[in-house]
Formats: sequence, structure tokens, C-alpha cells
Amino acid sequence: MLKVNGLSTYYGNIQALKGISMEVAEGEIITLIGANGAGKTTTLMSISGIVSSRQGEIFFLDKPIHAMSPDKIVSLGISQVPEGRRIFPYLTVAENLDMGAYLRSDTENIKKDMAYIWDLFPILSQRRHQAGGTLSGGEQQMLAISRALMARPRLLLLDEPSLGLAPLVVKQIFEIIKKINTENNTTIFLVEQNANMALKIAHRGYVMENGVITMSDSSRNLLCNEAVKKAYLGL
Amino acid sequence: MMTFTEIKKSFLTSLWFMFLTFPIMVIRVNTIEKQVIWRWENMWYVGIGSFLLSFVWRYFLRRKERGNNHANEHIANMSSSIQRIFSRRRYKIPAMVAAAMTVAVFPFVMNSYQTNIMITALMYVMLGLGLNIVVGLAGLLDLGYVAFYAVGAYTYGLLNHHFGIGFWTVLPLGGALGALFGVLLGFPVLRLRGDYLAIVTLGFGEIIRLILENWNEFSYGPSGIAHISKPSLFGIKLSFSGEITYMYFLMIGMVCFTIFVVNRLQNSRIGRAWIALREDEVACQAMGIDKTRTKLTAFALGATWAGMAGVIFAAKTTFINPASFTFMESAMILSIVVLGGMGSIPGVIIAALFLILLPEYLRAFSDYRMLLFGAIMVIMMVFRPQGIIATVRRNYNFKKAEN
Repeated sequence: MLKVNGLSTYYGNIQALKGISMEVAEGEIITLIGANGAGKTTTLMSISGIVSSRQGEIFFLDKPIHAMSPDKIVSLGISQVPEGRRIFPYLTVAENLDMGAYLRSDTENIKKDMAYIWDLFPILSQRRHQAGGTLSGGEQQMLAISRALMARPRLLLLDEPSLGLAPLVVKQIFEIIKKINTENNTTIFLVEQNANMALKIAHRGYVMENGVITMSDSSRNLLCNEAVKKAYLGL
Repeated sequence: MMTFTEIKKSFLTSLWFMFLTFPIMVIRVNTIEKQVIWRWENMWYVGIGSFLLSFVWRYFLRRKERGNNHANEHIANMSSSIQRIFSRRRYKIPAMVAAAMTVAVFPFVMNSYQTNIMITALMYVMLGLGLNIVVGLAGLLDLGYVAFYAVGAYTYGLLNHHFGIGFWTVLPLGGALGALFGVLLGFPVLRLRGDYLAIVTLGFGEIIRLILENWNEFSYGPSGIAHISKPSLFGIKLSFSGEITYMYFLMIGMVCFTIFVVNRLQNSRIGRAWIALREDEVACQAMGIDKTRTKLTAFALGATWAGMAGVIFAAKTTFINPASFTFMESAMILSIVVLGGMGSIPGVIIAALFLILLPEYLRAFSDYRMLLFGAIMVIMMVFRPQGIIATVRRNYNFKKAEN
């Protein structure tokens, strides 16, 4: 479904991604784990086109997307939950969701999807007229995920959904991610620092270090791998 | 104990003021009779005045910090009661009717001078609402808004001067040219935010003014263009007062049109995209909002109103020159938006009427106009930064789909 080929991204003169390649098949949950500054977020930003890559190719459904503008990429069916949630603080919960459906014009289906979100996160339904900035961290994360879902993505890019949340809330969020994957057959690309949690729900995983992919295996194997255990699982 | 320190601080402030103003307030040199007059009584006035002002200022600031500022609460209550009244149907309709009646009879009750300044105020309402799109909704600080106003005015001035084209033909053309210049300014500043954007737009405003001032062959330089035709009314010859009344109703019509369009824009998808872009650019891009197009539409749509207001300005005064389009005008329009409350339509209207009409009625204090203006702005920003009437955003109700 998504194919990344020798992707290199720079911030000025600093090379953040050094020719990475990866592949995501339809219906999978893929996770990308790594330490701070390894280039995980940059990978996501390059795929969604917000940061432009200098070399390499990205194919989504066999279409080259590495030179496309972010809005075109969203319209193809890739939507991103940015790191740190980044919801619109002064828009209400419902308006935030409506912004997620910005490129869609099928009003009826948008309403249906909105109802689906209310079912998925009943707490958001209670707060639908509240400004986004007044929600708690966990609720904001739920809102960010819901907002991305409103675009009806085929591939959902999640950037550190566990960031700054209580363990119980993290667990809840991960259950929802799994549910989204099984219920809608939405492919999920998950970037995480919480490697333990991420590898438990993912089918496959990539390990990233200093802008290079150092390992790629099924998540079961990665969980048992001695090097991963030592570096990321703290075992 | 607190009051004692307050008094002490205020006392020190007044001493400092007395010292600072000593050369201008106390000493007067009479150069003809070669003598120095010592006006000691002025020093006491300065001292007592600054002491009282400083004390009152500190007092209110302290109450505000304590969180139970009565003055602040009072203002807040007042404006929220305005909002409440307008949101209630029972009051809304009579209030609207009363406002409409006042608007309708105004030119017949008041003399032509009053009507004239009202026309000017209405023009600023239109400009304020236009700038509100750019600054209030899209959050792009534009200090060169007057450039688009100038573009509109010169469009009509030049087309009328050279080709004798009438007002009604040029009005949409002025708007379109304003939009074009909006896009022209928009392109280079797409990547800029905040201070940088403010400086570039400021420069843009000055560039337009300097071009008009110096390109004699094109714009007739500082001497400007005179004898621009007034707007026509199906070819009917109007008397002097009739012309003013006509202009007034034309302006009322334009303001209503502006309010209608801006209101629709605000609640549309593009309006919300502007608000979203103001809040978080990265999130917007992740949602598939085209940053370039959204920003450019904000600039273009904002500039359209300035262009049209410019055409009306040229038609009203029948004479234009670059002196009407200085940075002061931009600052004035921006003050209207900030004072009224960013993004709030009723706020902008009230602020425009207040800021334009007040100086006219306080002609006696015209020397102190800018001083008062500055004081109002400072007080406003300290005690009520959200503006006279803060924006009340619309709530959306989504019903659960039944299936």
C-alpha cells in the first residue's frame, strides 16, 4: 500500500533521514520505534508532505506522492495525527472534527462518521460544544485521532499517541487504535517511544536509529530480540 | 498597608513627573523681553494630576490582579449583557427595528455636516470589517491595509479622469483590483508570520503611497486628482443635500452587504479554515487544508472591501491625493479591529463609530486627540484585551444519524 524507497530528508544542512526504505501492506498495523531524534516524526512528516524530502520516492497505492502538496496527499487517503495532538484550541470539539472532514463534501456521510466518532469516544460526544483547548490531555488525543478519522483515511499516521498521558489512558487509546484497525480495515502506521505498547498491538515493526532503519521484523520477534529488549524495552 | 505602599509609589511617580515636565511646564522664556518666567503653579498641577492618575491606575491594576476587578467586571457584564440582549429573540427584533429606524431617519433629522461624518464613519466600518477578515479571522497582521484602499481610490480617480467611466462600473472593478493587489502582497509573505509579516505589509503600504506620490505621469503626484464624479442615480440631478443623503444610503447599503458577506464567510468552511490556520498551521496541513490558497483568499477577500471603500472614498471627496493614504490610516483601521474585538462584527462596528465619531464631536480637544487615543488603547489592552465585544462563535448541533 505504502512504499518508501531510499528516502532522505534534510533540515537545512542537517540530514535527518538517511535513505530509509519501508513498506506497509493494506490492513496492517506497522510501528516505527526509536529513541529521541532518530527521525521518526520526520519520516511521518515526509510521508504526509508537510516536510519535503530531498531524495527518494514514496508510493501510495502505486502513485508517487513524494512531490505532492500535503492537501493532495490527504485527499488520496493518508491522514496524520500530528505529534503533541495539535488540536484547534478555540474551535469546539464538533468543529475540530468538521475541520478533519475539510476536503469532503458528502454531508450525509460526514454526519454518519461523526456519529461513529461519538460511539467510539462517548466522552467527546458529551463535550462536543466545548472548546478543544479545555479538554484534558487524553481527551485531546482522542479528539486528534477522531479528527484524522473524519477524513476517512485508508492509511492513518499516528505520531506518539501516548505522549504525556497517564498509563491507563494510554492503554485505552491503544485499544481504540486496534479497534479502528479491525473494524474499518484502516491501515495504521504508528510512531512510538513506548515500544512495549506499540509492539504489542502492531503486526510488524521497524527500528530506527540516527535516521537509518536498523531492524525490521514481525513485532513478536522484535519483542524477543535481545538488542531491542535492551535498548527500548528496558529489560 | 497595601494602600500605604501604593501612595508612596504614586508619590514617587508624581515627583518624577514633576521633574520631567519641569523644563516645559514651569520655565517659560520670553525671547522678546529677554526674561524668564517661572510658572511654579503648573508644577503643582502636574504633581497632583500625576499622583491621582498613578494612584487610580495602581488601584485598578491591583484589583484586576486580585481577580475581582469591579471595573473590569462591570465592563464585562455590560458587554455580555449586550450579547445576551442580542441573542434573545424578544429583544433582538425590537433592537434591530430601532437601529433600522435610526439609520433610516438619520440624514433627514441631522444636518449635512452630521450626515457627512456619519458617511466617513460608515466607510471605516467597511474597512474595519474587511481588515477583520485578514487580522481577526486569519490572524495575519496586516499593517499596510491602506494600500488597497488607495488602489481602489486611484482606480476610480484615474478611470474617471481619463475615460469618464462612472462610479457603478468602477465599484466592482475597484474591488477586483484590490483583491488582485491582495494576492500580489500575499505571495511574498506566505511564509512569514507575526512581526516579520507586519514589517513586510507595512513596507508594502508605504511602497504604494510612495509610488503614487512620485510617479507624476501616472498619478499626478502629490497634487492628486480633482473633479472626480459623484455617484449617479439613474441620471437624476441631485441637490447638494440630496447628494449627501444619497451617499449616506449608498454607504448604509454597502455596510449591510459587507456585514452579510463577512458573516457568511465567518461561518463557512473557508472561515473556519482561516481560524484553524491562525491556531495551528501544521495541524491544518495534516487536515488537508491548502495553506497557500487559504492565506491568499484571506488577503484577497480582505483587500476587496478596502478596494471598494476606496472607490467610494474617491467618489465622496471628489478629490484624492497620496496624503489620504498614510500609515496613520492603516493604524486607525487596525485599532478599530483590535478595540472592537478581533473577529467580532458588532465589535468592529461599534469601535469604528466610536473612534471616528468621537474625534469629530470632541473638536475642542483636537490637540490632545492622539494622546487620548493612545490612553484609550493602553487602558483597553490592560483591562479588556479581548475587545469591546468579544467574538461569540457559533455552535453547531450535529444530530446522531439514525441507522
